[in-house]
Amino acid sequence: MARSNQPQLGIVASLRVFALRHLQVFFYSLGKMSRQPFSTLMTAAVIGIALALPSGLHLILKNAETLSGGWDGATQISLFLKQGVSEKESRLLEKRIRRLPAVEKVKFISREAALEEFRQLSGFAGALDTLQENPLPSVLLIQPSINASEPEAAKSLLTRLEYYPEVDVAQLDMQWVKRLYAILETIRRGVLVLAILLALAVLLVVGNTIKLAIQNRREEIVVMKLIGGTDSFIRRPFLYSGFWYGLFGSIIAFLMIQISLFTISGPVETLTGLYQHNFSLMGLNMSASLILILSGIFLGLGGSWLAVGRHLRDIEPQ
Amino acid sequence: MIRFTHACKRYENGFDALQDINFHMPAGQMAFLTGHSGAGKSSLLKLIALLERSSRGQVFVNGQNTAKVSRRRIPYFRRDIGIIFQDHQLLFDRTVFDNVALPLVIAGLPHRDIAKRVRASLDKVGLLGKEKTYPITLSGGEQQRVGIARAVVNKPPLLLADEPTGNLDPELSRDIMHIFEDFSNVGVTVLVATHDLALIDSMPYRLLQLKQGRLNYDSDEATADG
Repeated sequence: MARSNQPQLGIVASLRVFALRHLQVFFYSLGKMSRQPFSTLMTAAVIGIALALPSGLHLILKNAETLSGGWDGATQISLFLKQGVSEKESRLLEKRIRRLPAVEKVKFISREAALEEFRQLSGFAGALDTLQENPLPSVLLIQPSINASEPEAAKSLLTRLEYYPEVDVAQLDMQWVKRLYAILETIRRGVLVLAILLALAVLLVVGNTIKLAIQNRREEIVVMKLIGGTDSFIRRPFLYSGFWYGLFGSIIAFLMIQISLFTISGPVETLTGLYQHNFSLMGLNMSASLILILSGIFLGLGGSWLAVGRHLRDIEPQ
Repeated sequence: MIRFTHACKRYENGFDALQDINFHMPAGQMAFLTGHSGAGKSSLLKLIALLERSSRGQVFVNGQNTAKVSRRRIPYFRRDIGIIFQDHQLLFDRTVFDNVALPLVIAGLPHRDIAKRVRASLDKVGLLGKEKTYPITLSGGEQQRVGIARAVVNKPPLLLADEPTGNLDPELSRDIMHIFEDFSNVGVTVLVATHDLALIDSMPYRLLQLKQGRLNYDSDEATADG
């Protein structure tokens, strides 16, 4: 029969020991890193930059979207009314359209006003004078509300407006809005790809750092294995180191972003002020900051997990 | 406590380190394992501590068939064996206390029990009062005793020592052996691999001699083969 002198612990006591041990290693690994502050900071800074890049770009994108929301006012539908429609009928139509929820503003341009405008802007004043009657139709200029400004919604509003019998032609001028959205979508994809690549970089940086730490402590690992240290016991400090690297890295990323924002916010406000936009730069909000920190921690843990899985098994006592 | 039945160890390069080893060590016995270097002493100890597995035959340690101990269970298996190395295998970035405490930390003992046991263990090897020093500041003999304190701190029923006196002068070697005797006297099974024949001759314990991987001589034939 096996004779063992190992202490036998109850379940509650075992759990307490388990929690206590984790806590010890948690701070032990922190202490270990604080003894080499410079190299720890270097690694954390690399991780920080890698995390700050996609987060910062994401933020720029978010701001651009807010800004373009202001520009969506430029989405405009022009309703050219039939020649026979009187000014009174046009006014009535204007009122009906104004009541539509998808419509922000309606502006009526009478045939006369249109002619006057054309006379001034076109330089064909003389030619126009030879005409016996005004060839221009009345126009309703419609600005969709914010929600209806996106390409799809604006298009459906257009279809609806086309059905009014007074309307001859309805035209949606949104080529450039479409382009803007296409550009934003492209950038969004680009940021996503960049984020994935940089996340991979963080995994590799942490993995490599932990790999070096494992190699540096090879003898210690051998001794641990010789005197009965389980794999998880030996693994634990390295995993917590990865955790700390990820945490420090994401905090550095957070600070870098906030400082950069603070630096450029003045000029940006001046710039948008010149375009008569009341705009202030958005910073990282709570949930975005949380996501940043959590993904940093996740990547740190993941990187060290990979390194530990690959390299710890190779070290066996001879 | 230890039983070898037709155990063989052949390495991947075809070298037969051990061939057809048969012997039995009852619990509480102390024995010396001798032979020239390359005779298989280290291989035999490695089979017991599961640093390696036998190619053929069986090795029983502490009632367990080592072949049936899974890789995952090896750490727990080793906690019942105190191992002492010629080169001590101490961690030089930790104090004597932390070195000796390591097996208890691994086993998850509460802190106050650890302190008590570490002091008791250091007391046994005569190093009480050196807890806070670093191993590098100690002499070779003292370092070896720290190694012994670490090996016995969790009171394993079996002690293995691989050339524990290899780097020590005769006087210190004798001291170390006396420490082993003390443990043997309280029921610990002790197997010491050594080529220090002068030392062995002066002590009345069982002798196992290896020669080219075979058990060449056993002073205790009656209990061999169990």
